[in-house]
Amino acid sequence: MENKEIQTTDRLAVEITDMNKWYGSFHVLVDINLTVHEGERIVICGPSGSGKSTLIRCINCLEEHQEGTIIVEGTELSSDLKNIDRIRSEVGMCFQHFNLFPHLTILENCTLAPIWVRKTPRQEAEDTAMYFLEKVKIPEQAAKFPGQLSGGQQQRVAIARSLCMRPRIMLFDEPTSALDPEMIKEVLDTMIELAEEGMTMLCVTHEMGFARQVADRVIFMDEGQIVEQNEPEEFFSNPQNDRTKLFLSQILGH
Amino acid sequence: MLSSRPAPNRHVGLVGWARENLFSTWLNSILTFLSVFVIGFVVIEVVPWIIQSSWTATSLNECRAAIIEAYGEGTHGACWAVIRERYLQLLYGFYPSDAYWRPNLALVLMLIAIAPILYPVLPRKMLLFSAVYPLLGIWLLWGGSLWTMISILLGFAIGYILMAASSRAFGTLTGLITATLGIIIYWIFAAVPLSELLQSIFPRLWLEPVESARFGGFMLSTTIGVTGIVSSLPLGILLALGRKSDLLIVKAICIGFIEFIRGVPLITLLFVASTLLNIFLPPGTNFDLILRVIIMVTLFSAAYLAEVVRGGLASLPRGQFEAADALGLDYWKSMRLVVLPQALKVSIPGIVSSFIALFKDTTLVSIIGLLDPLGLTNSIRADADWNGIIWELYVFVALIFFVFCFAMSRYSMYLERKLKTSHD
Ligand SMILES: Nc1ncnc2c1ncn2[C@@H]1O[C@H](COP(=O)(O)OP(=O)(O)OP(=O)(O)O)[C@@H](O)[C@H]1O
Ligand SMILES: [Mg+2]
Repeated sequence: MENKEIQTTDRLAVEITDMNKWYGSFHVLVDINLTVHEGERIVICGPSGSGKSTLIRCINCLEEHQEGTIIVEGTELSSDLKNIDRIRSEVGMCFQHFNLFPHLTILENCTLAPIWVRKTPRQEAEDTAMYFLEKVKIPEQAAKFPGQLSGGQQQRVAIARSLCMRPRIMLFDEPTSALDPEMIKEVLDTMIELAEEGMTMLCVTHEMGFARQVADRVIFMDEGQIVEQNEPEEFFSNPQNDRTKLFLSQILGH
Repeated sequence: MLSSRPAPNRHVGLVGWARENLFSTWLNSILTFLSVFVIGFVVIEVVPWIIQSSWTATSLNECRAAIIEAYGEGTHGACWAVIRERYLQLLYGFYPSDAYWRPNLALVLMLIAIAPILYPVLPRKMLLFSAVYPLLGIWLLWGGSLWTMISILLGFAIGYILMAASSRAFGTLTGLITATLGIIIYWIFAAVPLSELLQSIFPRLWLEPVESARFGGFMLSTTIGVTGIVSSLPLGILLALGRKSDLLIVKAICIGFIEFIRGVPLITLLFVASTLLNIFLPPGTNFDLILRVIIMVTLFSAAYLAEVVRGGLASLPRGQFEAADALGLDYWKSMRLVVLPQALKVSIPGIVSSFIALFKDTTLVSIIGLLDPLGLTNSIRADADWNGIIWELYVFVALIFFVFCFAMSRYSMYLERKLKTSHD
């Protein structure tokens, strides 16, 4: 496939070693080891409650891990405040429920962080915002408020908002699972376009078509562990683990 | 195309409206008649009292005689003459009458200072005036040398310069500490000599000082009320944030403060302000009574506001905090730009209720001997000429309070409407 031609480099975007995390006494993430190269596109799937969200939220410090190391773009995540802000401005994140700021217009949503975090001059920030809004194909909505947009449009704004910070990694946590079927496609198309440009991406999603088309690697998680990871063709046609087989048979409806 | 036809007759026009709203059921009809009866009774009793009145008299007896002469034996009319004779006192207390222009000017300037805060369409430059107004207002009301105020203001400028310089070199926290220390040292050691020096060189910027004891009436209520309102909102917001903070000590202090203040009647706090505080302060310190009252009222109102704002914070979905974090906004920026604008919008009705309550609570200061409008009505009634007069004074005081509070209430409705139409 043509999109697979993009070369992933040898530089590591994310390097997770022996990471463990607990909520109280509940062991959510167990011995996670994961390396993501720059430009690599990873899809994470697994049953509900398996810790997918928790894993990617650890990558931009929305959750703290208790054991092991996470290195993002060469910076180790620790409880040191300076690092956290640096990481967060390098890593964009899109949520299941979009989380746009309802009191700001679409344009203001997109310029807020560049202006206040990156100290970009307003005019420049607005130009960048318009560039990315055009990219996600809703420049005409710039003056509206999030409440006036459809779910699919809101999620595309959320993607544009993250891109305005010029992140080096994008994280997606089930970006299409709160959307109606006809809106899923428009969001997926945006994500595919982004993937084709070589953005490093980690997506939690159950859109297997998307995984087949763009992913370099599919990761299957269950009960806080990475059970299996493989290239998409191999992963779907020849799953090794029983739990993966069960999950795939459920989700693909066989 | 469907052709539209007029609504059935029983739903339109005055008759339709009345049938639907006033007489829809038997119970509804009975209530309607009862209400009409009560309203009619009140109007018939009260309106003549208001109208068949006397505006010119110098004592209550003279007043009653004039009403009977004009409207016949047995008429009970209001004696508005007392308002006419004493309204200046009710407005200004015992403030020197040749200096009434000072509170008047202070009021006008206050409206100008508040305008850009209430109406964001006004030019943002006006906020500069709002920032210096507090000191200007204090100077106008209490008098003394304007240089004192200017040298106090200079402290903030010094603090700002220190902050900018040292935070660039050593980080925000160090900058903040240096600036605070710098301001305090400047105020303690340099501010007074500097202002005296400037005063001796340029002696013209001087207003005759007026003691706090001469403040009274609505001027006093407004001074306490407005200062309390303006300073309690930021304090309340900080307390609410502190209560939700991850820092355990900050959280404990905020909870302790809020629960303590809310658990104590305001009157107790005012007594503390008027008497007990003197015991704790070093002897000889002359800490202005009005200032002490303002501090107590502010703390009291801030504790309530903190809870109102906390409700607003709790109503925000967690995703808003997370999205702000994920974009790399630090704590204060995410609060200021994302969380508070939404939380405060939700809290507007509660916040304005607190403000109205605070404003009306300023009448409690009469208990510790300050002459607020209600305190003044007592002294007017103690006057031999007006002994026995009650209603007229209270009606007047109530009317003015109502105007203030109603204005606040209308403003809050305006604000809610404005914020609403622009988003949802
Ligand atoms: N803040 C929290 N405190 C305690 N337990 C939590 C917390 N957040 C998540 N969990 C638990 O951790 C486990 C993993 O949660 P997570 O949200 O990562 O799952 P997920 O794989 O994303 O599931 P889903 O597909 O439903 O989103 C779940 O069992 C959940 O109940
Ligand atoms: Mg999840």
